[in-house]
Amino acid sequence: MSAALLVADIAVPPAAKRAPSLETAGMTKIFGPLVALDTVSIKVEAGSFHALLGENGAGKSTLVKCIMGFYAADRGSVLLDGKEVDVKSPRDARDLGIGMVYQHFTLVPCLTAAENLVISRADAPAIIDWKAEMPKLEAFMARMPFQVPLDRQVSTLSAGEKQKLEILKLLYLDQRFLILDEPTSVLTPGEADEVLGLLGQMAARGEITVLMISHKFREVKAFCDSFTVLRRGRLTGSGDARTATVAEMSSMMIGDTEVRERAERVMHNDRSAVLELAGLCAEDEEGRLAIDRVNLKIRSGEIVGIAGVSGNGQSALVEALAGQRPLSDGRVFIHGKPFEPKRSDFDRFKVYGLPEEPLKNATVPRMSVAENMAFRAFDKPPMASLGWWLSPGPMRRKAEGLIARYRVKTTSPDSPIEALSGGNVQRAVLARELSGEVDVLIVANPCFGLDFASVAEIRSQIMEQRNRGAAVLLVSEDLDEILELSDRVAVMSGGTISYVSPIGETDRNTIGQHMAGH
Amino acid sequence: MTAVVSPPAARPISLGPRTMRALEALVIPLGALIASALLFSVFLILLGKSPATFFSLIWTGGFGSSFSIQNTLQRSAPLILTGLAFAIPARIGLTLIGAEGALVLGGFTAAAVAIPLVTGGIAPVVTLPLMALSAMAVGAVWIGLAGWLRHYRGVNETISSLLLSYIAVAIMNFFVEGLLRDPASANKPSTMPIGDAYRVGSMPGTSVHWGLAAGLVLAVALWILMTRTTFGFAARMTGGNVRAAKAQGLPVGFLVVACCAIAGACAGLAGFYEVAAVHGQANASLVAGYGFTGILVAFLARQNPLAVVPVAIMFGALAASGGLIQRRMGMPDATVLVLQGIIFVVLLVSETFYGRIPFLQARTTGDRT
Repeated sequence: MSAALLVADIAVPPAAKRAPSLETAGMTKIFGPLVALDTVSIKVEAGSFHALLGENGAGKSTLVKCIMGFYAADRGSVLLDGKEVDVKSPRDARDLGIGMVYQHFTLVPCLTAAENLVISRADAPAIIDWKAEMPKLEAFMARMPFQVPLDRQVSTLSAGEKQKLEILKLLYLDQRFLILDEPTSVLTPGEADEVLGLLGQMAARGEITVLMISHKFREVKAFCDSFTVLRRGRLTGSGDARTATVAEMSSMMIGDTEVRERAERVMHNDRSAVLELAGLCAEDEEGRLAIDRVNLKIRSGEIVGIAGVSGNGQSALVEALAGQRPLSDGRVFIHGKPFEPKRSDFDRFKVYGLPEEPLKNATVPRMSVAENMAFRAFDKPPMASLGWWLSPGPMRRKAEGLIARYRVKTTSPDSPIEALSGGNVQRAVLARELSGEVDVLIVANPCFGLDFASVAEIRSQIMEQRNRGAAVLLVSEDLDEILELSDRVAVMSGGTISYVSPIGETDRNTIGQHMAGH
Repeated sequence: MTAVVSPPAARPISLGPRTMRALEALVIPLGALIASALLFSVFLILLGKSPATFFSLIWTGGFGSSFSIQNTLQRSAPLILTGLAFAIPARIGLTLIGAEGALVLGGFTAAAVAIPLVTGGIAPVVTLPLMALSAMAVGAVWIGLAGWLRHYRGVNETISSLLLSYIAVAIMNFFVEGLLRDPASANKPSTMPIGDAYRVGSMPGTSVHWGLAAGLVLAVALWILMTRTTFGFAARMTGGNVRAAKAQGLPVGFLVVACCAIAGACAGLAGFYEVAAVHGQANASLVAGYGFTGILVAFLARQNPLAVVPVAIMFGALAASGGLIQRRMGMPDATVLVLQGIIFVVLLVSETFYGRIPFLQARTTGDRT
């Protein structure tokens, strides 16, 4: 707060009221032996909606952080409206009217939307005169293309509303160059389309310029005017987003890396039910029913995709099956035998899982890659003798094999897994969970936040397990993923499964209607 | 961020991530110690005392003669055990500060168990192991209770273990001042002395009691347990990320309670040696702060059971030199407590430096967006 007050003393030139253009010239950033950015020059025209594409680790975040003043670039400069500007810190960026929306929310959850807006101001007074502020805020909100209720506490807002508020905050601070870091990863498809559409219209009216980091070609095609692609720290292409094809953009992103062919869908004759959920109920932290009598049967060689709007019990269902949340009622059967989510049953029934947010649910961030890869096997031979004595040798050799086979990018098997990028963490987990024989696979949002190549690879791995005869439960908030992979689709709404249909007998609209609770 | 430009040969010598982490765990606590010494010197200068004299007296008092070395080791024995009592639960993610209570209760239990056995004339070779085992068992139950409350009822283990310590001291006082009071202990209520025949002796050629050996053995054994066994691996998984541990089907509740019980047994054993080797009876002298200094020891040792040993010896030396400082410098022997306090605060601050000192970080080519 004191820093913010300090800025207020300096006479800040009012940011341009029109959308600015922004260029980087020969931006270079070196971390030790790594060239994270290699003379990258991009140009974002005033009033354009520009997409910044690239795989994980391509240098998108580094570029944006250099523009925002989080990093000092080793070489290169930023030009705002054609004039070179010196951005030493995020504060300088803010004074120049460059604002950023991060992947994760930066709002204060216990304050209201109005309070969040006012305290974000550089000149926020020590004592806020709400009588004077509220009409101003309401007038501001009325001018905006989308609104958020000002008096609601932020923690009660939906993800979409929070994201809108993050953007409104930048507009409130009169920042006309917006950088959005994967803004739609927390939104439902409907919310994403709405927010991006409105931003696109504002850009088209010349009110703002938007630079959006994205992985989603659909959004880029639908909303962006132009795009730039980075790969391994270098600029590999740019162009008009409306005329370029997805194939062109993806080849710029992936380069000559071979993307695994998607595994063919093999039809099975053996159709015995493997996993059976019978009347599962579980409570959330407040004691309300998070899942309410979930019944579902999954056969061998079948992927059942569970679609649903976030927060309708999907996470609770996965947690209950993984043993992270106790069941308050109901049973799980595998091959007709009762299953409890404990280690011996995971092994006996060959149950494996790819939980969402692997760094949070499937790994111990501070333990090494090798140790993380040993979670399934550390207490069994050859890693353990006599049932309790650990052998580091086999553990390391196993990890080295898996790292090579699953192309996990890491300095060494001894590096803490938290040092890896998201895609590589997921690959490490995948290697651990899928390298053996799998009968039941429970997957939740496996491709969340991952780059194009990783997504294709992970999906084909899941398909491969299905083809080998595993019963796969796939919970995903990405409807495209469900439509691509599932043999049957189920929709979760209000904690229970409200709709089940074979993939061939349903379509996006029908599923969407059931997701919305109809 | 990718693209390695310089050919591998041109790279500076880069140590592996393991070595770098070990180096970091050595450099930061050492830095904290040096910073504490400097701060304490300022304190001494303000008092008009010479820091050089003070630190040389610490050396003399702690390691200057064979007497002072033995005095130091004598004092470090319980610190090793209470240090372990903090370090082991810390590995599973718990901050348990109740070793003081487990030590007191363990010591009291040993003295209480001894009464019928000694009066019954049972041989020391039977009596002493029974005393030790019951001290460990009571300590294990006491700290295990804090772990149980934590896992099954969600009670904050730091608060509960601290409060349990006060209860433990009160329980001892209740019996020592009442039912089990030795009528001969007029000024200082105590249990009946176990008698010289039942004392744990000194290690051959020294005046240091066997508690030191027990501490060393346990430090090595627990280091092996935590780093080389499936139990330790599972405990580290649980400590690092309990959600992941549950998703792997680990018996999290058992692991938590077991680690706490091990901790309590260590502290209880320290109590046993305090009774059987030092005081010969249970009384208020058991409440000597070893349990709390153990927290400091474990912190400085980065919760590594092996590192607990040298750190405990260092604090033993600090305590041993208290008397000398009092005599030579005319300062109260609580002065060393001021130093201990400064070390603790600086140490807590130094925790924030992990992962932030550039030259102590391993290079990562695993890319991060």
